[in-house]
Amino acid sequence: MTVSALPAAPTTAVQRSRGFDPTWLLWIVIIAVLLFLVVSPFVHLLITSFKSERTGAFTFANYAAAYGRERYVQALFNSLQLGTCAALLAGLFAVPLAWAVSRTDMPGRGLVRTLVLATFVTPPYTGAVAWILLAGPNAGWLNRIFVALTGAESGPFNIYSFPGLVLVVALYSYPYIFIFTTAALELVSSEMEDAANILGAGTWRTMRRVTLPLALPAILGGLIICFLEAIALFASPAMIAIPARFNVVTTQLFQFFGNPVRVEVAAAYAMPLLVVTILLVVVQRLMTRRKGFVALTGKGGDRRPIALGRGRWVAFGYAMLIATMSVFLPYLFLLQAAFAKAWGKGFSLENLTIRNFHFVLFEHATAPSAVAHSFLYGAASATVATVIAISVAYIVNRRLIRFADGLGFLCVAPFVIPGVVLAIGFYSAYAPPPIALYGTAWIMILAFTTRFLPIGYVNANAAIRSLNPEMEEAVRVLGGSRMTALRRVVTPLLKRSLLGAWLLMFIPATRELSSAIFLYGPKTKVVAVMIFDMSDEGNFEYLAALALILQLLTLPLLWIGQRAIGRDFMLRRTAT
Amino acid sequence: MSKLILRNIARSFGDFQAVNDFSLEMKPGEFVSLLGPSGCGKTTTLRMIAGFMPPSAGTIEMDGQVISSAAGVVPPERRRMSMIFQSYAIWPNMTVGENVGFGLEVRKLPRAEIGRRVDRILEVVQMGALKGRYPAELSGGQQQRVALARAIVVEPEVLLLDEPLSNLDANLREEMRFEIRRLHDEFKITTVYVTHDQSEAMVTSDRIVVMNKGRIEQIDPPHVLYGKPRSRFVAGFIGRTNFVERGGATYSLRPQSIGLSVAEPAANGIEAEIVDRAYLGEHWDYQVKPLGEAKPLRVSAGPNAIFELSQRVWLEIDPAAMVRVEA
Repeated sequence: MTVSALPAAPTTAVQRSRGFDPTWLLWIVIIAVLLFLVVSPFVHLLITSFKSERTGAFTFANYAAAYGRERYVQALFNSLQLGTCAALLAGLFAVPLAWAVSRTDMPGRGLVRTLVLATFVTPPYTGAVAWILLAGPNAGWLNRIFVALTGAESGPFNIYSFPGLVLVVALYSYPYIFIFTTAALELVSSEMEDAANILGAGTWRTMRRVTLPLALPAILGGLIICFLEAIALFASPAMIAIPARFNVVTTQLFQFFGNPVRVEVAAAYAMPLLVVTILLVVVQRLMTRRKGFVALTGKGGDRRPIALGRGRWVAFGYAMLIATMSVFLPYLFLLQAAFAKAWGKGFSLENLTIRNFHFVLFEHATAPSAVAHSFLYGAASATVATVIAISVAYIVNRRLIRFADGLGFLCVAPFVIPGVVLAIGFYSAYAPPPIALYGTAWIMILAFTTRFLPIGYVNANAAIRSLNPEMEEAVRVLGGSRMTALRRVVTPLLKRSLLGAWLLMFIPATRELSSAIFLYGPKTKVVAVMIFDMSDEGNFEYLAALALILQLLTLPLLWIGQRAIGRDFMLRRTAT
Repeated sequence: MSKLILRNIARSFGDFQAVNDFSLEMKPGEFVSLLGPSGCGKTTTLRMIAGFMPPSAGTIEMDGQVISSAAGVVPPERRRMSMIFQSYAIWPNMTVGENVGFGLEVRKLPRAEIGRRVDRILEVVQMGALKGRYPAELSGGQQQRVALARAIVVEPEVLLLDEPLSNLDANLREEMRFEIRRLHDEFKITTVYVTHDQSEAMVTSDRIVVMNKGRIEQIDPPHVLYGKPRSRFVAGFIGRTNFVERGGATYSLRPQSIGLSVAEPAANGIEAEIVDRAYLGEHWDYQVKPLGEAKPLRVSAGPNAIFELSQRVWLEIDPAAMVRVEA
């Protein structure tokens, strides 16, 4: 070839590009942050569970103490039972609803979606309080209505019971199954159903033999997530199970955290919750990724709603029944309590007042600052988590450094750590000296950051994947650096998705209870803790007012999210 | 002096050898295509020229300076090249004018000068009226023109094109081929063009590099490539051909260079039979089996040369049209 005839020692421009590479600095910072936020609390949790409280030596005593009493072990089984029953009941609510909304001509589908969203953004403790107002023994509204109608001596409803707890948990966790199921059903193309129809199968048989089996892995996945939510939940069991004189894992953990704090025993006691969660998340991932369900991997093609005939109204009635239990009745009686001098006096003009709102907003010693704390900590943690999530997602997708996938794994790992367990980990790692963050805003912000980081990461990752790398290469080939590409092209294009991710972390962070209850100090109370305290004190009027203020403050956020991302932004798979 | 020299470039991904011992020398202003089936290593080569990927071995030199070697690469942003991507990579957050002006902005030209140059290049690609539009409002062909303008306006040392027409429909593709060649003739930018479409490469290029499985099969101007293919692969990939085995050697014989007639020709006639035929408008495509042979030959004939199935015909083969190829 002619090439070999050329001058052999050309001058070189390569050296200029070598030397210090700033991506390494970034790499070190991100590794350090993730070690601090994710690895260290987890490791400390494990260590603490084997550490003697007084001497610090290795011991099994904590495990002996945690599982040494029958009632402690019973609480574990109660949790399993609660999770199973609540998931099944929630499935009964969610699956028909999801099918009707995504595949049929049921009237008011948009309305039903909105009501599911309203349920989803109702914090579990708000729902639990509403149901205490509704179905508390004797004073509960449903019982009073029953007595008034039948003349019986007392009503049959008692929320302070195992079935009561199952109902309340299922009512506010069914949206998870709804989200999974609609996502799956919306990928089953009408052509697949048409193929069954043309071979002679009717609507019901097609649904039973084609549609549901295709969506089954997603439904089971949703049930597992619902189960995990139920066993990790702190608020509703604390409000309902404790008065009913039984414990579940989370309430038992809370008692280990009472006076004196037995964090070592709590760490040991948290292990089954952690192990079960990790195992089930793995199962859930395997299931929804199973091969063979090609329908769920690609675009679904055209979808036409199935005509239900008169059944449309049956479906609509069922949807309204669920909405009545999860939204209409609870909010009606929360409103009544919030505007009442005394909620038990019922609906009358003399009982009407706005004093409760005035009191919690301006007069209460801690409630106004608790509202501010919730939004401040929420905003701070959502912001930090967004920055971490987008940085790691970018590094992973553009393969900027080796072992980037490991960083991605650390970002999603907190998903398998229930809030209460995470809080115990943070307490073990950062409450003692030298860091001594207990009682400060920092421990709350950091714990919230870790807790919601997986949501941020999943969303940031999806956003970056949707961005063709050629967009950035075009910048670089024209003379712009990677930083120019990030500033001029990547950031503007990801603005909306990042806002969405931020909101999806911020909204739950403002109402977070299960990790906050273990980490707050006298100066760092948040709304959720405030509401929990008020329910303990029986101040339902103030509580209702505060809970409604929290919901009201959420509305503009939802509006912004829907404008920026789309109407269903809270009800997408990546939202959970 | 050569503009761009690739010296024994190689690139592997794990065990997979994507590009192997690739050498090419380009004169200033030359238009060279890298042509080959998908997976032949052409895009990998282009990305190494752009600086997105270091070679595993070999060097790339521009104007006598090494810009890529296994030891390190000058990053893409310092190569003064530009590139047109398969997806066009038009930034949707910027208007047509902002897209085109971006490279000049990075080069810190005065605002007024940027405006002038952007206007001029948009006129050249016939997009002057759409300067204020956003890319989402443009058709595929218009986006392609924006990509061309954006790449050319910076007067790059080397222009790289990565299958730029593969997302366009057939008519537009044909139009844009000539457009690309026209712009090249106007601006004389040294250009490397990656494609799997042989007619694209033939219309646009001064020389074509045919690649197969990471290796160079042949580098030649289009007419030489077609007329004197060196290997069986090149003969089969550039146009259609018949392979004829004679005395242990393989020859390529183009369907157009075989004469077809009812009467016996004066010399080099072979009696044969029509076994299959297809009418394609511009020509007839016949499968003709010489008597006593097992394999039919493909023969192209004019639209008026109509022969029936099973008809006896005469083939006329000019020995000069038989090109010996490596197996």
